[in-house]
Amino acid sequence: MSDATESWETIAGCKINVLRGGRGAPLLFLHGARGAGVWLPFFKALSEHFEVIVPEHPGFGRSDMPEWLDNVGDLANFYLEFLQRLGLREVNLVGTSLGGWIAADLAVRNSSALRSLTLVAAAGIHVPGAHKGDLFLWTPEQLVRNLFFDQALAEAMLKQTPDEDERKRQAKNALTLAKLTWQPRLYDPNLRKWLHRIDRPALIVWGDSDKLIPPVYGPAFRDLIPGAKLLMIRDCGHLPHVEKTAELANAIVKFIEEATR
Amino acid sequence: MKFYMIHLMPFADLDLSYDKHYNSAWVTLPNSYYDPQKGAKLYNRYIDELVLADELGFDGVCCNEHHQNAYGLMPIPGVIAGALVRETKRCQVAVLGRALPLLTYPLSVAEEYAMLDNISNGRLIAGFVRGIGAEYHSTGVNPAESHDRFHEAHDLILQAWSRPGPFAFEGKYYHFQYVNTWPRPVQQPHPPVWIPSQGSRETIEWASHPSRRYTYLQTFSPVDQLARFMAMYQQQAQKYGYQASPQQLGWATPVYVSDSDESALREARPHIEAFYNKFLRMPVEMLLPPGYLSLTSMAAVTDKIRSGPAAGGYTIEDLSAKGMIICGGPDSVVRQLETYQKQVGFGKLIAMTQFGTLPHDLTVKSMELFAREVMPRLRHIGEEQPPVRVHAAE
Repeated sequence: MSDATESWETIAGCKINVLRGGRGAPLLFLHGARGAGVWLPFFKALSEHFEVIVPEHPGFGRSDMPEWLDNVGDLANFYLEFLQRLGLREVNLVGTSLGGWIAADLAVRNSSALRSLTLVAAAGIHVPGAHKGDLFLWTPEQLVRNLFFDQALAEAMLKQTPDEDERKRQAKNALTLAKLTWQPRLYDPNLRKWLHRIDRPALIVWGDSDKLIPPVYGPAFRDLIPGAKLLMIRDCGHLPHVEKTAELANAIVKFIEEATR
Repeated sequence: MKFYMIHLMPFADLDLSYDKHYNSAWVTLPNSYYDPQKGAKLYNRYIDELVLADELGFDGVCCNEHHQNAYGLMPIPGVIAGALVRETKRCQVAVLGRALPLLTYPLSVAEEYAMLDNISNGRLIAGFVRGIGAEYHSTGVNPAESHDRFHEAHDLILQAWSRPGPFAFEGKYYHFQYVNTWPRPVQQPHPPVWIPSQGSRETIEWASHPSRRYTYLQTFSPVDQLARFMAMYQQQAQKYGYQASPQQLGWATPVYVSDSDESALREARPHIEAFYNKFLRMPVEMLLPPGYLSLTSMAAVTDKIRSGPAAGGYTIEDLSAKGMIICGGPDSVVRQLETYQKQVGFGKLIAMTQFGTLPHDLTVKSMELFAREVMPRLRHIGEEQPPVRVHAAE
């Protein structure tokens, strides 16, 4: 983690953990259900071009579990306040999975602090008949296997034995995930109605072998956000930032360069 | 001691080889495994067995609520309770209970229970539960809201029975401008409340509170866990400044009596093993969705559950040794219950006299022996304790 610095921010009475690294235009990364708190190779790659800011959401990891947290809209408002309090402007917002849902909801509410929006395997909408995987009924092993196309990566992850603190964080993350996404499962019926409000350059990214949120959701998001581009990554599951780190990082760098030229 | 019979009404004709293809008899087991012709017979047989309990002198009969499974066919327990309040004449009728958090309109429970209390002329016992974790997969209700919804729905129902209506109820999950429940219950201020649970500190602290003093039932647990949670209730009551009566403590467990220990073991074996290994089988993800337990309780139980009842692989010898079935000839059943009562201090035994695939003839034989040979010999224990002597100046 030598490339990143850690700090704590208190917003709306909720203390959260924030990692930062790199220099350049700000890039705010909103993590998915498995949390953050570790400076991944993906962040390192992006930090060669941007100042990368990676908070742990309220209710996740080492961040507080605030009384007010009921739904994803609460987190969208929280991060609007976060941007304001930290004085961040012209922000490149990147969200994966649950974080993609928060990012889309935030951009619908108020995009004035944003320069671009990247949604990676984002939750938040429902496409009739396109069923998501039931991550709450999968065993821990099925979950890990279903997250990756490359089963060697799944094997490696399954070999890791989390320590007591990590298990506690995982249980906390699972609880907050259920609170936010159990019903309606992984979406907000009101979000799709307003995605047309997003008035920033948008990139949608999906793994072509995503078993949690199937790839058909990629074109669905693209069609709902004016001018959005879609990138399908081959041989990739639900976590492109882990499974195809360089490919995704390069695509985001290129997209932001073109969008802001 | 007071004796109640609980029936789960399992789909006893279940093809037990289902587990070659499915990992549970809950949530995702296709309902093509249910045969309505056989089910129609089972329902009527099971109601007859509950009515028999009344005739044999049990103090009460109990039904309960579970959804989308072969383990218990009472998604709407009020249907069964409605039959029971008319067909039984003397005993109490308990619904153990309605799963409150699953409801968007919990006042329906205030109404349903009040109707049952009226028709039975005051014989209803009102059970409130959260439902087991699988219910949250089946109904889509958020398990992370389960505790809060339970408490709010409970408060709403109790107020609906005891406060003059109409009044407004302002909760987070339940908000009604006009609470004005008709009919009002016969038992005043409200029917006795029982809280069945697999055991948690939060539930015990809440149920034993002096404003409630609800009867706490530990369900289908090994005796060491039973003892732990019963002691927790008694200690909690003491912290609140009163002594818990044995009648506040109940134990729900399978019971089988035959002529001898040997025949009891032989007759009950396939049926109790089917109950624990097939009907109750489910993966931990199904049993304990995130949020169903507090993070503290979750950390304490997850490992136990992975190797507990839902994991299967039990023999009747294991189960009997752990007190997860009381099984034997009359003398040995009396002895086991006496011993456990002395250890644990419960005053209500909720006997599940039909379990798994146990057929009608054996169920009836066991119930008759239990009523004739066991109940009379245990009546005198587990009744009210003498009042605590207050150490006052003489």
